[in-house]
Amino acid sequence: MKVPVAALVAFAAAVSASPAFADAKSEAKSQVEFGINVAQRGLWREAIYRWQKATELDPAYVAAYNDLAIAYEHEGQLDKARKAYDKAIELDPNNAQVRQNYELFKEINDRTSQGKQK
Amino acid sequence: MTGPARVNRSSLALAIIAACGAMFALACGPDMVEIPIETPIQPKMDVSPFQRVLVIGFVAGGSEDVDANQETVRLLRSQLRTKSSLKVIDADILQLIEIAKEQSQTTPGSAPEDASATGPANRPTDKASQTLALPKDIKEEKDLEPYERLFANTAYWKRIGEEFQNPLIVTGTVLFSSRTTSGFVQRDQETYDSLGRRIVRPVRQYMERKGFILRPKFVFIDGRTGATMYSESYREEVMYNAQQNTPALSSYFELMDRLVPNFLSALSSQKIRGTRVLLK
Repeated sequence: MKVPVAALVAFAAAVSASPAFADAKSEAKSQVEFGINVAQRGLWREAIYRWQKATELDPAYVAAYNDLAIAYEHEGQLDKARKAYDKAIELDPNNAQVRQNYELFKEINDRTSQGKQK
Repeated sequence: MTGPARVNRSSLALAIIAACGAMFALACGPDMVEIPIETPIQPKMDVSPFQRVLVIGFVAGGSEDVDANQETVRLLRSQLRTKSSLKVIDADILQLIEIAKEQSQTTPGSAPEDASATGPANRPTDKASQTLALPKDIKEEKDLEPYERLFANTAYWKRIGEEFQNPLIVTGTVLFSSRTTSGFVQRDQETYDSLGRRIVRPVRQYMERKGFILRPKFVFIDGRTGATMYSESYREEVMYNAQQNTPALSSYFELMDRLVPNFLSALSSQKIRGTRVLLK
């Protein structure tokens, strides 16, 4: 049974327009904003918790992954930071801000593994 | 009475406008926030068994304008004093080239106990230090290769360790050499058009350039056993316009400045400061 593409698009649009989906998106945005607020006060672990929650609520939320990656960087969890950046870039490959953050992260990451170990 | 009342009314109006502006800014605020971060970097080696570090000397070569052995030891000691928890031992800087030459001249099979009778631990005790063809001058990387055996002479380093109560020993090789190149380089050229607008265009230009290359290898040795714990090599280069007269020592420090964080990150945790952009 073939489902027409137009029908799929209409279904996706209907789902994304549904109140539950909108609520989740709005809740994710609140979590991200709250995370930014606490990160600015130096409470990075609380920020990580909020941004993780945002990614669970809205798995396509680029900002949440970007912010999570920065928080992991600040905590020295470089592997987790890389994964979060990768996810953000996968979701929005043309986002200049994410790319800029990622380039700066890579510079640090490369520096720590630089040098030819013998 | 009307004057102050008017002033109060206009102040109130300004305050309301400012508050509305602030509310508008909050409501539609920027979608990004710049934030400073400090990334902690874990040390590459476990230096917990050591309380003290001895930067003993380097096999150095290349440009004669800089005593790379002396300068490297001094720089690393001063960096370790301020940026690591290890106590830095102040000791005479060893001329490792001379020591390697002495070791290479000693006949194979000389007894280790002879060394203690003749002064500092500079006698070979294992196969690694036996007859080597050491180059007279160290001018390029391959000239350093025969000296590598010095770092594998565990008995020698163990004796140095005993002499200084088993510290972490830092040694290695440093090649600081000058370089001249010529060719086309791309640079931005700034011009102004008839309307006074600034235009920047990339132009290719043939240039004579000169500069320096720094190739250090840091070797970390366990003073208790004489064994190499960790080592890493780097290469940094700086080039200038041929007309520019930059002293060799300035270039040496410029290049070492780039490498010092890497050196320090091998034995102590570091925090790298930067800024990132948080998104909403």
